[in-house]
Amino acid sequence: MTDPDTVLPTISARERPAGAPGGWSRREFIKGVIASSATVSSVSYFGAGCAAPLPAQTGGVERLLSLQVNGQTRRVDVAPNETLATTLRYKLGLTGTKIGCNRAECGACTVLIDDMNHYACSTLTHRVRDKEITTVEGLESADGTLHPVQQAFIDELGPQCGFCTPGQVMSAVALLRSNPNPTRAEAQRAMSGNLCRCGAYDHYLNGVMRAAGATTMTASVDGGEG
Amino acid sequence: MADLIGKDFTPPDVRAKVTGAARYAEDFRMDGMLFCRLLKSPMPHAVVRSIDASRALAMDGVVAVLTADEVPPQPGPSNNILTNEPHFVGEPILAVAAVDEQTAEDAIEAIVLDLEPRGFCVDPLQSLRPGGPDARTDGNTFSRQDGVFAHKWSGSDFQSVTEGQLPEGEPTVEWSYGDLESAFEEATLVLDESFVTASHAHHSMEPRTCFAYWQNGKCFVHGSTQSQAFVVPGLANYIGIDAEDLVFIAEYCGGGFGSKGSAYPVMAIPAHMARKTGRPVMMRISRAEEYFLGAARCGFQGRIRMGFRSDGRLLGCDLYIVQDNGPNTGFGDLGSAAGAVSLVYTPEAMRFRGVQVLTNTPPRAAQRGPGQNQIACAVEPLLDKAAGELGLDRVAIRRINAPDSDSLYGSSRGRITSAHLVEALDLGVERFDWEGRRARSRQRNGSKIRGVGVGQAYHSAGASGFDGLVRITPDGILHIHTGVGNLGTYSYAATARAAAEVLGYDWENCVIHRGDSRRHLPWNLGQFGSNTSFTMTRTNYVAAVDAAEKLKQIASIRLGGSAEDYEIRDEMVVHRTSPGARMSMARAAQWALEMGGPYSGHNLPDDLNDMTRRSAEALAGTGLIGVARDPRIDGTVPALAVGFIEVEVDVETGRVEILDYLGVADCGTVLHPQGLAAQVRSGAVMGFGMALTERHVYDARWGLPGAVGLHHAKPPTYLDVPIEMDWAAVDIADPDNPVGAKGVGEPLQGCAAAALLCAISDALGGHYFNRNPIVPDMIVNAVEDRPSATRPLATNTQ
Repeated sequence: MTDPDTVLPTISARERPAGAPGGWSRREFIKGVIASSATVSSVSYFGAGCAAPLPAQTGGVERLLSLQVNGQTRRVDVAPNETLATTLRYKLGLTGTKIGCNRAECGACTVLIDDMNHYACSTLTHRVRDKEITTVEGLESADGTLHPVQQAFIDELGPQCGFCTPGQVMSAVALLRSNPNPTRAEAQRAMSGNLCRCGAYDHYLNGVMRAAGATTMTASVDGGEG
Repeated sequence: MADLIGKDFTPPDVRAKVTGAARYAEDFRMDGMLFCRLLKSPMPHAVVRSIDASRALAMDGVVAVLTADEVPPQPGPSNNILTNEPHFVGEPILAVAAVDEQTAEDAIEAIVLDLEPRGFCVDPLQSLRPGGPDARTDGNTFSRQDGVFAHKWSGSDFQSVTEGQLPEGEPTVEWSYGDLESAFEEATLVLDESFVTASHAHHSMEPRTCFAYWQNGKCFVHGSTQSQAFVVPGLANYIGIDAEDLVFIAEYCGGGFGSKGSAYPVMAIPAHMARKTGRPVMMRISRAEEYFLGAARCGFQGRIRMGFRSDGRLLGCDLYIVQDNGPNTGFGDLGSAAGAVSLVYTPEAMRFRGVQVLTNTPPRAAQRGPGQNQIACAVEPLLDKAAGELGLDRVAIRRINAPDSDSLYGSSRGRITSAHLVEALDLGVERFDWEGRRARSRQRNGSKIRGVGVGQAYHSAGASGFDGLVRITPDGILHIHTGVGNLGTYSYAATARAAAEVLGYDWENCVIHRGDSRRHLPWNLGQFGSNTSFTMTRTNYVAAVDAAEKLKQIASIRLGGSAEDYEIRDEMVVHRTSPGARMSMARAAQWALEMGGPYSGHNLPDDLNDMTRRSAEALAGTGLIGVARDPRIDGTVPALAVGFIEVEVDVETGRVEILDYLGVADCGTVLHPQGLAAQVRSGAVMGFGMALTERHVYDARWGLPGAVGLHHAKPPTYLDVPIEMDWAAVDIADPDNPVGAKGVGEPLQGCAAAALLCAISDALGGHYFNRNPIVPDMIVNAVEDRPSATRPLATNTQ
């Protein structure tokens, strides 16, 4: 019995492009790219099959994208039907983005696309080639300072099992970028696309409101407005 | 003393959760790793006639096929690793490993599987009818003593009851105490209701993904489990190796709620596949698969007769439970339910009868308050009905029946360690303004009617007899080794603070070791059953006391006097009367290494578990070792909780809006207020789902599951719960715990679910629903005084 809607649409069907059975594989191609020009940093994510000798590299170049992820330009090979969650987790090594359902039910895979929160499991990577993508790994400052939402989630003990937490963080960040001073009810609605089976909604909302306060204070200091 | 108990702190693992650095089983990678997918049964019960995997194996990228014949068979009716006789839709028959997941899935499509369909059953009561369907070829019921056997009721058992009443044929388990007959004769009011509580899935956010590889004869497994040490022996057995050859890593677990408490068989598949292929194997489990081979709460079809005195005192209680046990060994929910009734309502006489009926639905496992929470949902609204008929307040009828610390538990009438349910009720009445809200209940505003409710629940909350292991290294750092697991309650850390408290340590100078066999962990109970706060404070306490004794001995040997002359404060061993004679922890640890023997862990107590012994031996010579086995105690440790709730029921749509909620915990001394607050509130959220939306649905004709997605049996979202919820705790120490703590995780769900059901009934004028969850059409039909759309006592199919 198969479960096609939840099979990872990953490193897989697009291994062998249509019409090229038994020809070069995408993975082998990537391996060649890595060897020649260090397109992607995370070689180990392509572990399986790496030992095969490299065939001639022809075609497929149009699948090489430049993605703007967490302020960096990342060159990555992406199949036409590949989801952003797959690209982030399996090609760019950004495993903070979780796959809880892989069908837009739970929100564990939430990332920002141009400051708007989206389900990465239901976003095709090719659709975001010209966008700014932010994952949970991209929030922390270089000096280790956490984003106010992250710090507030710690202070309010938002996470329990933690699996939904990256998605909750990203939805909260998106909310505060569009509405720095939400009411609790606005925050509740804005966060409602993120399930938490532990049921930690109260504590996450406390965190959002605390972060809103912190963000506002920072803004008022920076901007000199009350 | 360090004064850490009862104070908030930042648990060491929370930062990684908000940064995405926390790595769950699916987040690990390895060179050359394969992906594994499962061929699962499309039928609720079948026998494999043949498997032809030749086409699959010939496909590019396919590395291996693993069948049931290649893995250790499990004694029936245990859950299987792989099977040639699947007993539920989605039971794994074989696994395919390939270079990527899609290839593995394509290969599964290419496998020719010939299945012979067998009879199946999805409704336990149907199976008990003469000639009714059997879930297994060897029978239709299960008991722990007798395994699987055929057990049918007679036609007259079914004919002797009116529609909607549970027949009470021959039970397979039975106990009683007191004189039930006299109790009912003496009673002013006797209620007799039959009820159905639904089976439902756990919905853990992280599917039970598993990753395994072998190195130098040892098997490394990254799993998704609530527990750490407790998983190891069972998983090693499933893999077919000695426990010391298994390296088990489960630093984070994305939710389990009972379904990942112990080792589960499918976890062994990547290990077997990795052994067969010689490569690392990742087995991702999908959301849909969680609803097949994950687990579920047992459903009940039950009947309860309760005889009350005019003042509300429960004199007699006669409980019958037909438990939906799933296809295998299931879980002991029914007995736990009966035990809960015996304690929460303290009936003067009680009889319990039950039967565990097998169905071809997902394997049952513990789910938060297994048994206790279902029975709270059935009985608490019935207490309200009794209160109504006797003209009593609904809190008053609970108060008069509530246990205290002298109450007895279950059929054995065993002692309990402490119970403060009356205090919890009283605290809640005041804080929730029960009187004021009750005055507002049943007020109508347009199509909406207010209701208020109170609910109670119980679960045992502690164990004893496990090991503690701490270590002070020559740099003065206190290392607390804990094998309990990380479910997300942070109790692994809160209980570790008991050791720091004993040794007077600043929390900043403590390190917790957990989540990985290589961190040398002691043998501890799993993180389930609300036990951690009680059990692990005891183990950490005895290990710290052992360390403290050794510190005092070292000081007396080096500085003079006897060990009794010394005390420990401010991370120093200090002479009581000559404070100038003192020694730092760092210096004492250095002396421990020089002195060897028990001080450095080279001589160990005889009564340690083998796992603890191996860990202590590995740590010997690294510092001062404190290690001890916690002595066993007699008696049941009760966790009790009360929920107060206010709702608005829309009688036109059947929608229920929860306006406000307060949860009150009787969990002994509060260890970690913020963590407890999170549990009280979030447990309630899970309870709201149990009361309103979560249930299995099966196609009765073909036995196919209909609830295989989050939205099919929806857990509550942000918009389904009050915008803020309140919490409180009675905070009275339990005498059998060194810091006074008890667990409480499970009843926090049950009390909320029960309170919500009671509030709906209240809004509808006291209507008793014989079924939960209460879904909107049940409310609309009740309001219109129409018969229910569901067949009485039917389960799983509607």
